[in-house]
Amino acid sequence: MRWWRKRDADLERELQSDLDLEEEEQRERGVSPEEAQYAARRAFGNPTVIREQTREAWSWNRMERLLRDLRISARTLLRSPGYSAVAVLMMALCIGAATSLFTVVRSVLLRPLPFRDPSRLVMLYEHFRDPSMNTQGFNYNAVSPADYYDWRAQTHGFADMAAWRYWQFNLTGTHGELPEIVQARGGSWNLFPLLGVRAAIGRTFTAREDRPGSDAVLLTWNLFERRFGADPSIVGRQIHLDGQPLTVVGVLPQWFTWPDASVQIWVPFAAVSPELLAHHDFHFVQVVARLKPHVSLKRALSQVAAVQYREHLQNLNAPVAEDVASKTLIQALAEGVRTPLLVLLCAAGCMLLIGCLNVANLMVARSASRQRETAVRSALGAPRGALIRERLMESLLIALAGGAAGVLLSLAATQWLVVTWKDLPSAQGIHMDGVVLAFACGLIAAATLVAGLLPAISATGKAAMAALQASSRTAAGSHARTALRKTLLTVEIAATVVLLIGAGLLLKSFWRLRSTSVGCTTQNILTMRYSLPVEQYDTPAKMNAFNEALLARVRVLPGVRAAALGTMVPGAGRGGDNIFTIPSRPPTAPGAALPDALTRLASPDYFRALGIPLVSGRFFTSADRQGQPNVAIISRQLARQYFPGENPLGRHVIIPAFGNIDYRIVGVVGDTLEQVGQPSTPTLYGSVLQMGTQLGSLTLVVRTASDPLSFAIPVQKIIAQLDAQLPVSDIFTLQQILTRSLGNQSLSASLVLAFALLALLLASVGLYGVLSYLTAQRTPEIGVRLALGAPREQVLRLMVSSGLRPALYGLGVGLVASAGTARLIASMLYGTQPLDPIVFAAVAAMLLGVAALACVIPAWRASRIDPMQALRIE
Amino acid sequence: MSSMGKKDQQRASLLQGTLDMLILRTLLYGPAHGHEIGKHIQRTTNDFLQMQHGSLYPALHRLEKRGWVSAQWETAPDRNREFKYYRLTEQGRKQLTVEESQWKQMAEAVARVMWPAIPDEG
Repeated sequence: MRWWRKRDADLERELQSDLDLEEEEQRERGVSPEEAQYAARRAFGNPTVIREQTREAWSWNRMERLLRDLRISARTLLRSPGYSAVAVLMMALCIGAATSLFTVVRSVLLRPLPFRDPSRLVMLYEHFRDPSMNTQGFNYNAVSPADYYDWRAQTHGFADMAAWRYWQFNLTGTHGELPEIVQARGGSWNLFPLLGVRAAIGRTFTAREDRPGSDAVLLTWNLFERRFGADPSIVGRQIHLDGQPLTVVGVLPQWFTWPDASVQIWVPFAAVSPELLAHHDFHFVQVVARLKPHVSLKRALSQVAAVQYREHLQNLNAPVAEDVASKTLIQALAEGVRTPLLVLLCAAGCMLLIGCLNVANLMVARSASRQRETAVRSALGAPRGALIRERLMESLLIALAGGAAGVLLSLAATQWLVVTWKDLPSAQGIHMDGVVLAFACGLIAAATLVAGLLPAISATGKAAMAALQASSRTAAGSHARTALRKTLLTVEIAATVVLLIGAGLLLKSFWRLRSTSVGCTTQNILTMRYSLPVEQYDTPAKMNAFNEALLARVRVLPGVRAAALGTMVPGAGRGGDNIFTIPSRPPTAPGAALPDALTRLASPDYFRALGIPLVSGRFFTSADRQGQPNVAIISRQLARQYFPGENPLGRHVIIPAFGNIDYRIVGVVGDTLEQVGQPSTPTLYGSVLQMGTQLGSLTLVVRTASDPLSFAIPVQKIIAQLDAQLPVSDIFTLQQILTRSLGNQSLSASLVLAFALLALLLASVGLYGVLSYLTAQRTPEIGVRLALGAPREQVLRLMVSSGLRPALYGLGVGLVASAGTARLIASMLYGTQPLDPIVFAAVAAMLLGVAALACVIPAWRASRIDPMQALRIE
Repeated sequence: MSSMGKKDQQRASLLQGTLDMLILRTLLYGPAHGHEIGKHIQRTTNDFLQMQHGSLYPALHRLEKRGWVSAQWETAPDRNREFKYYRLTEQGRKQLTVEESQWKQMAEAVARVMWPAIPDEG
């Protein structure tokens, strides 16, 4: 800046000295001093022009012009702070929302996982071809261990395959530290080398450690820091999992939170009984594979598929899939959130468009008040480019200020989203990065153009000159501008309708979900989970003793209505399913779908405590225990599906996975849902007291007379009295479990609704603005009409209808567009048709209502015009 | 712009592009300030080229920016005051030969079109 001023001063001095010299020379020629001054000035010409043209020789001139435009625009904006604040706020909200969602989309769907050459990594699944099984996710089924070993040994398209499985342990301390349940994964020894992950401290598993009876364990950074105070000497020492001492061989790096951040511990994949790993029909393995270079995924997969088809043919009576399928690692992680995320991003984009159109609309209105100035300037030779640049500068300033505020806003919004949206995969942190910032800059540029270019072009064209010829009565130039505003408004309203209908559909679907019953009482139910370690509770008698003692003690707590045990409660998820056979029937034809049911356990009081109705037969009793004849209770859906038109009571079923024991059906109970919104699945219950040591983890169900959460501490105390080393987890009321499982639907519905309401507000502001402007434009005309005796109601009707026309066009376009977009969110809807007539009608009515309201005020004002005054305005 | 007479416009267009060359040529005699340069060109052309300061100073500054002339405040020998003296740089000298030869070619080409009757002496 100083350099620039110096140059200016220098030029000034040069001109002055030369001018003085010219004057002197004139005087020396004998001209009078006054005369000489004039002559010198004449010879020199206009010094201002010289200055400006000389400045032009230096390139800073362009910069200077830009700064001047900026200064002027900033001043113009500051002169109407209300308008500027509204516009900036609008931009900030829209850009903030879009940036925030893009941050999540980028982190969850776009950014490659932080592994070595992640583009060549895939997840492999068993694929059941029967389309009727796909509703339960069997088309991407977990792999059975024996299949995985065969794939790895017999195919060559993949450089390597690795496996992991879910696990859970009781982590106990040797010095009286609190016990806790830790989420764990069993990973094959080659998993970490395959991903390209090295231990931060120590090492990962060796091939020799990946075997039954292995005592090696890896800590994640989270557990290492939280429970072991980040003391590296933990490597080589022992920790106790389920009462077993295991040796820590290493700590995984801090960034490694795959497959999700809740995992605390890794153990070797094969550290289980060898029989378990020999199964072809027990699906619990997740397979990760790395493609060989120069081998296509299709070719590699077809090899695996050939191996799998052979397995299928060899196990026709077991659930062994015919085919295989693959997903990318990111697809596998982001499964449930992809569609909602993209829908939300589109909604935010839609809102941004509406915001920009609204700013554009405001700018058209403002340029109308400056049309004479524009006309005069272009008549005097101002290049059109310069005029457009000035206008753009204004929208640039708005977009920049809004964008900066929006980016700040999005930091907070992203944080909120990550906390609120429980299912977002956490394999890598969700945060802003360079790409997101570039995206935000792109949005700002796009917003500048959308909001500024259209008004600027329309305000500076040939039509602008018409303002000079036009008297205010004819207002010819403004006609085109009004048409432009109406077009902008139509697009804006159409986009609003699309958003509103999307929100309406999601909301209706959410309400449908919330009002569906999962098949049991949901009020005043407390649940918590525990699992008895097999090492300590090694006989069925010991387990039953603990479980029965616990139930007896909880039952007598004052305020407890009922206490029961089960493996799962309705609405809490799938648990596990198994195929079964009905011995009185001929075996299923090879290749046909095998009978399959969710298998759950229940204590005698389970159904009564949860209010699940008995359809026929009886509930379990305390006599149905180890050593007594094996009994089962089935759900109504199972009876309907596998015993149609028969009485299932007294019939027998065999579950091969439970050691081919024969179960006699003693009761039929009402259906429950594994998850809200899912169809009911055939379910088979066994007796908790009968299943011996195969229990796994159990859910304690307590029905209370009052607030169930107040019973959490007393119940935990009872458990601690019975076994101080037994940790308890997942302490929730049933209501909380259901709410949590609806969290996603509720979140996306309410976010889209918020966007839609904001859009509606913007659109009505736009509508109001256009009509107010129109009224002002037509004041003289209305004055004439009134003076000639037009009734005021007619004027009111005229104005309302001219405002409602763009609303109606927009509504029409929006409804048609919604019919298309609603299909895109069909997969997110429950019990709601994409073309739900109620939603469409409600949105149309609401939009028309709001539009009418926005129109009525300016229209009423127009009808109140005093004709005398209106005519005198000229 | 519109106030410019027809004659002026002719002159201006004649000057366009050649003014730089004329300034450089003038400076070949030695350093000079803007006024001197203007006067010199005007005198040498017998006032045919009325120096417009409006184009002289932008041209000088353009040349300075390109590095063909350098400028310095120096006291004039005949007046006891400082003037901004322009001086030809080495680069400017080279540019002058380039522009001169281009101008010659141009002039010859124009001449051949305009007066074809004159036989080619080459």
